[in-house]
Amino acid sequence: MESRKELKDMRWMGYARKNGAKGIRNRVLVIYTVKCSEFVARQIAEKADSPDVEVIGFDGCTDNQYAVNLLISLIRHPNVGGVLAVGLGCEYVQPEWLSKIAADEGKEADWMFIQEVGGTRKAVEQGVTSVHHMLEMLKDTPRIEMGLEDLVIGAECGGSDYTSGLAGNVAVGRFYDRLTDLGGTAIFEEIVEAIGLVDLLTGRAADEKAREEIQYTYEKALEYCKSVRQYSVSPGNFAGGLSTIEEKSMGAVIKSGSRPIQGVLKVSVPAPKPGLWLLDSTPDPYWMQFGITNPNDNEGLMDLISCGAHLVFLVTGRGNVVGSAVSPCIKITGNHRTFEHMKEDMDFDASPVLEGQCSQDELAERLAVMVAETAAGAQTKSEALGHREYFVPYKYQEKEVGKKCACQQ
Amino acid sequence: MIAFQIDYSDNVATALEELTPGTVTLRGDASEQTIEAVTEVPAGHKIALCDIASGEDIVKYGVVIGRATENIGKGNWVHLHNIRSVYDERSSHLDAVTGAPKDTRYE
Repeated sequence: MESRKELKDMRWMGYARKNGAKGIRNRVLVIYTVKCSEFVARQIAEKADSPDVEVIGFDGCTDNQYAVNLLISLIRHPNVGGVLAVGLGCEYVQPEWLSKIAADEGKEADWMFIQEVGGTRKAVEQGVTSVHHMLEMLKDTPRIEMGLEDLVIGAECGGSDYTSGLAGNVAVGRFYDRLTDLGGTAIFEEIVEAIGLVDLLTGRAADEKAREEIQYTYEKALEYCKSVRQYSVSPGNFAGGLSTIEEKSMGAVIKSGSRPIQGVLKVSVPAPKPGLWLLDSTPDPYWMQFGITNPNDNEGLMDLISCGAHLVFLVTGRGNVVGSAVSPCIKITGNHRTFEHMKEDMDFDASPVLEGQCSQDELAERLAVMVAETAAGAQTKSEALGHREYFVPYKYQEKEVGKKCACQQ
Repeated sequence: MIAFQIDYSDNVATALEELTPGTVTLRGDASEQTIEAVTEVPAGHKIALCDIASGEDIVKYGVVIGRATENIGKGNWVHLHNIRSVYDERSSHLDAVTGAPKDTRYE
């Protein structure tokens, strides 16, 4: 009880958005709507010369509902204060409509077609002026008090080793228990890595609707694994000491902690209420062969951020360097050698628990402190290094769990 | 020698280094301070924290990760040779040391 009170006392000043949301960063997104306008978007962000300006975008000329949903979810994200959408002028994805969504949310908003402005130099010039104006306006963003109960946090693991299931993911799980007890929102990912745990997951469902969503999502993931013939367990895992798929899966699922699961979120859908949520990033049936579920760690992070995560955890035993656009990323490792070797990139060392220097619960408290400091504005390692990765792919997925796609109706 | 127990209700712990018969220190959320290793246990593999009868659940992370296929004495190595998945039949046929499949013909 004492520690919970302390966590409750962790307060900082966030950014009050006009739509009522509370953000922990005040970013301007320069969004390209086709590969052809990416260079201009990058030049604008570079010449704007501010750590709060970052580029995201979608490569394809032909649009895709999933990708457009993802862009919109990032525009609506509480960490974003302004949006400049940069189009070439003949693509499907419409920069004007993206800009309008930002404006409707009360954010700084602008857009352009490079063909109309008259080429690279003029478009970059106009874009830099626009972004500088937004940054000026955002200086007056009202500040508002926040605590852990206001946060949405996402977690995924990648580049795992034996320490991930023993320390890194366990620390996240124990922190998630505290976060959701305080009224915050926690999201965990990777249903394809939960094969063998359907009874455990449905057993943790908060209600009947959540149970049905989890059951459906699990079966969909199992079908997906069958269809692409990719299960996430290998002879090397067994040689390393894992004896069953349940054990391997549990090493990943332990990062969800132990609280009831409120339901399943699809990509770009914010959690309808606080608590613990399972994110489903697997393509929907019929289109399953189109779009790989977890092509890289940044896609997983982007999916979590699309659901409103203010902050994301990446648990990696082997180490990673990535960060993310829109939301800061805290990289956690349970491998002390990895932490020391990649100290300039890794944020949180979970290995003291394996060394017998602290308990799992003490480690979760330390993670909570780092979360509060980061939310208050302290840069993560990847932020300080300028990492702003993003990944917006073609994929087919409906926003509702278990909804049939248009082609089946 | 050190092994790590994740949850108080677990009946196995994970070896943080190679174990040989003798006294092993338990870390994590462990109910006992030590366990006597009876067999060798490779690093990253599991050691039984109590006697586990054939058919009983193997508990790690506080959840069932498999079932004993024979009686496993306290302090013994726990792996493919004496437990099986509740879901996945195939992994029970893999080689206990290398993890290599034994049910695929290389002809």
